[in-house]
Amino acid sequence: MSFDYIVQQIANGITLGSMYALVAVGFSMIYGIMRLINFAHGDIVMIGAFTTLYLLQNIGLPLPIVAIMVLIVGFGVGMLVEKSIFLPMRGSPQVTGFIASLSLSIMLQNFGILILSAQPRNFNFPEYMNSIITVSTIKFKVLDVVIIVTTIVLVIALLLLINKTKLGIAIRATAQNLDVARLMGININRVIMLTFAIGSAIAAVAGLMWGGKFGQIDPLMGYIPGLKAFVAAVIGGVGSIPGAILGGFILGISEVLFVGLMPPEYSSFRDAFVFIILIVILIVMPNGLLGKNMEDRA
Amino acid sequence: MLKIKNIDVYRGSTHVLHHLNLEVKDGEIVSLIGANGAGKTTTLRTISGLLRPKNGEILYKTDTNSHPIDTTSLPPNEIVKLGISHTPEGRGIFPQLTVKENLLVGAYNRVDDQIESDLLSMYNMFPILQKRSRLDAGKLSGGEQMMLSLGRALMSRPKFLILDEPSLGLAPLIVEQIFDMLKRINEQGVTILLVEQNAVMALELSSRAYVLETGRIVLEGESADLITNKKVQDAYLGGAES
Amino acid sequence: MIKISKQGHHLIVLITVLMLFSYLMQNYADEHILMVANFIGISIILAVSLNLTNGFTGLFSLGHPAFMAIGGYTTAILTFPIAKRALFLPDFPEQLANIQLSFVPALLIGGLLAATIAALVGFSVLRLKGHYLAVATMGFLIIVQVMINNFDSITRGPTGLNGLEEFTTIYWVYGWVFVTIYTAWKVKFSSLGRSMLAIREDEIASKSLGINLFSTRNLAFVLGAFFAGIAGGLWAHLVTALTPNTFSLIMSFNIVLIVVVGGTGSITGSIIAAILFTLFTELLKPIEESFSLFGLSQIIIAVILILVLIFKPKGLFGSSEPEFLR
Repeated sequence: MSFDYIVQQIANGITLGSMYALVAVGFSMIYGIMRLINFAHGDIVMIGAFTTLYLLQNIGLPLPIVAIMVLIVGFGVGMLVEKSIFLPMRGSPQVTGFIASLSLSIMLQNFGILILSAQPRNFNFPEYMNSIITVSTIKFKVLDVVIIVTTIVLVIALLLLINKTKLGIAIRATAQNLDVARLMGININRVIMLTFAIGSAIAAVAGLMWGGKFGQIDPLMGYIPGLKAFVAAVIGGVGSIPGAILGGFILGISEVLFVGLMPPEYSSFRDAFVFIILIVILIVMPNGLLGKNMEDRA
Repeated sequence: MLKIKNIDVYRGSTHVLHHLNLEVKDGEIVSLIGANGAGKTTTLRTISGLLRPKNGEILYKTDTNSHPIDTTSLPPNEIVKLGISHTPEGRGIFPQLTVKENLLVGAYNRVDDQIESDLLSMYNMFPILQKRSRLDAGKLSGGEQMMLSLGRALMSRPKFLILDEPSLGLAPLIVEQIFDMLKRINEQGVTILLVEQNAVMALELSSRAYVLETGRIVLEGESADLITNKKVQDAYLGGAES
Repeated sequence: MIKISKQGHHLIVLITVLMLFSYLMQNYADEHILMVANFIGISIILAVSLNLTNGFTGLFSLGHPAFMAIGGYTTAILTFPIAKRALFLPDFPEQLANIQLSFVPALLIGGLLAATIAALVGFSVLRLKGHYLAVATMGFLIIVQVMINNFDSITRGPTGLNGLEEFTTIYWVYGWVFVTIYTAWKVKFSSLGRSMLAIREDEIASKSLGINLFSTRNLAFVLGAFFAGIAGGLWAHLVTALTPNTFSLIMSFNIVLIVVVGGTGSITGSIIAAILFTLFTELLKPIEESFSLFGLSQIIIAVILILVLIFKPKGLFGSSEPEFLR
């Protein structure tokens, strides 16, 4: 096993980690503000992927415009979902929200099957995305670079939004103390809806990348990114945005290394390992790496 | 300024407030005293819209000449816009927001261009907050947090200030400072409704007071009269005023 | 005359109804209806037993199908004819190679194994609360699925086991329906049941009452898992085939749905919701297939659950039983 091989694997892990990070960020924001484990978050990734497919291959729009439209679609779906399902449940026990999100997930997946059939579709990006860039001995596809750069841009934009704007302060205030936020005159329903929509928009963009990276999409594809986002968010500390990003990269890199370095017969245990890690972290280190104290976990 | 007429408030299936009537006039300081669990906090949360009364109404006038507004079914954010600011029990600062951000949240609904200058006047009023402005508010001491909470309330330029147990857990010296501050705020034209365990201080500061017992107003009157009232002395002043 | 208590009276009625129903189904119903009747019975076992865990203690477990899988595979493997093993399971471990049991002991072992594993899992996972517990039990389900997929020497991996013998009759199913309901009822109206409900209502209060949270929760979890294991065994020998994908998250979701719609904590609610759910999906199946509207019934069911959660979060019966039964 050469040094170059490991570096190459790490580079692949960063690409994968970028996508995990994007899904995890929204997941974590939503958890932070409404204490909801949104099981349907991964299905927004699926919606983003199919929107991309439609706009790119059926209508033939250029990729950057597609990306912006996917962002808007994700935002809209998030708004709709929050307003129609989670707003009416405000104040119910946490488990109620979780079960509702599970229902939503199953609903979205089956809508996908009903409309699009369960058959996987090929997902082709324009040819130039697949050309290869070589940096010393490490090879990158243009696609990988686009994924990483887009992630960085989105993350910076999100951090600016959260840390520097009035909406960002309102989001953080609402996440920390809902009642006091209301006493400050914050319209929490609006703030929660926007947070949900922003998180969903970012997840939808991750769907665009996911499709491009793996070349095939289907209505049930959201399960894995949703799950990985949850794990990444838990590693970083649920509710913490920097934690979710860090967790995404840690998960992406360790997963690639795990598959790349382990004997192949173990790779079919991958999903089981992911969950074992998840359960162990939940029990042993419930606040994750960067999470604030959350007494309601264990 | 504020008139509560015959409200009944429930928490789940528990009947907390029974036919409660309460009035605060323009420019007054009114205190609401009573034992733990009497329903003081519930009263305040109902005024600011966090809780809804089952029946009765709450009327609010922004100033003497304006038409009264029925706030009974308004959401908290609309009530804040009318100039009512509520400093909750336990101070309710946002621990992971900086001191400055906490103050800015106070001005959340303002759209004028004087927010920056108000921030500076808060720093003048509480110099310690300026020193700590970039620190997470959770790192402040209890007294500093109370000042922040008060400063944050003032950032909304309230006409009517509601305070829930401002003295809770603070050293006597700091409590005195805070109460001095409240007096000055009132002199600048802000009406105050004060809930306190520390009945002596509350009665000394306020002009009128209500005594709440198990969700009912059992006594009301001039604070000066209540402080000498035998019943009040026995129940809330613990004979301390001798 | 022997005086029969009200409880005893209900018991006799229940047994008579179940026996009569089974007899009628066995002798007069066509094959399809008999199958549906069996599915209804298994759904009742699953829902009522999940209610033991979810409903009485507020523990939200999505792991029920995992225990079902454990029970199902155990029963199927233990009853698998030795003669056929060489063909189907050539790598079968030698220690077990000559063991073949009849249905009932195999079924009980399946249930007990599920219960034992539940005790081990519960020991670590039940520290978690609310939705974190739900996620951890979901993780357990996935882990069990992966294990079954990979231990092909005894499970045949993703291909699954087929050609199992049709041991499960309607009498067995409704016999276990009776045992499950009876146990759940006894537990609910015992002092243990009251402490379980107390845990659900208020954790801190029940702690101060001296209720041992951890062991009560664990017991509820283990008991639920036992019946899920039994249901798995019955299922295996009813449909005569097992694949790891049968015991999916969707199944888990469907059982939770039955419990929530019926009312968490209400045994009657679970029974009625289980009947309605099974009939509904069976009725919609031909529509889905003839118009190729795959996914339709699952969509409708998911929407129903969301509506129940919004408008009637306590379900049809809350956590109580109808007046005339108490």
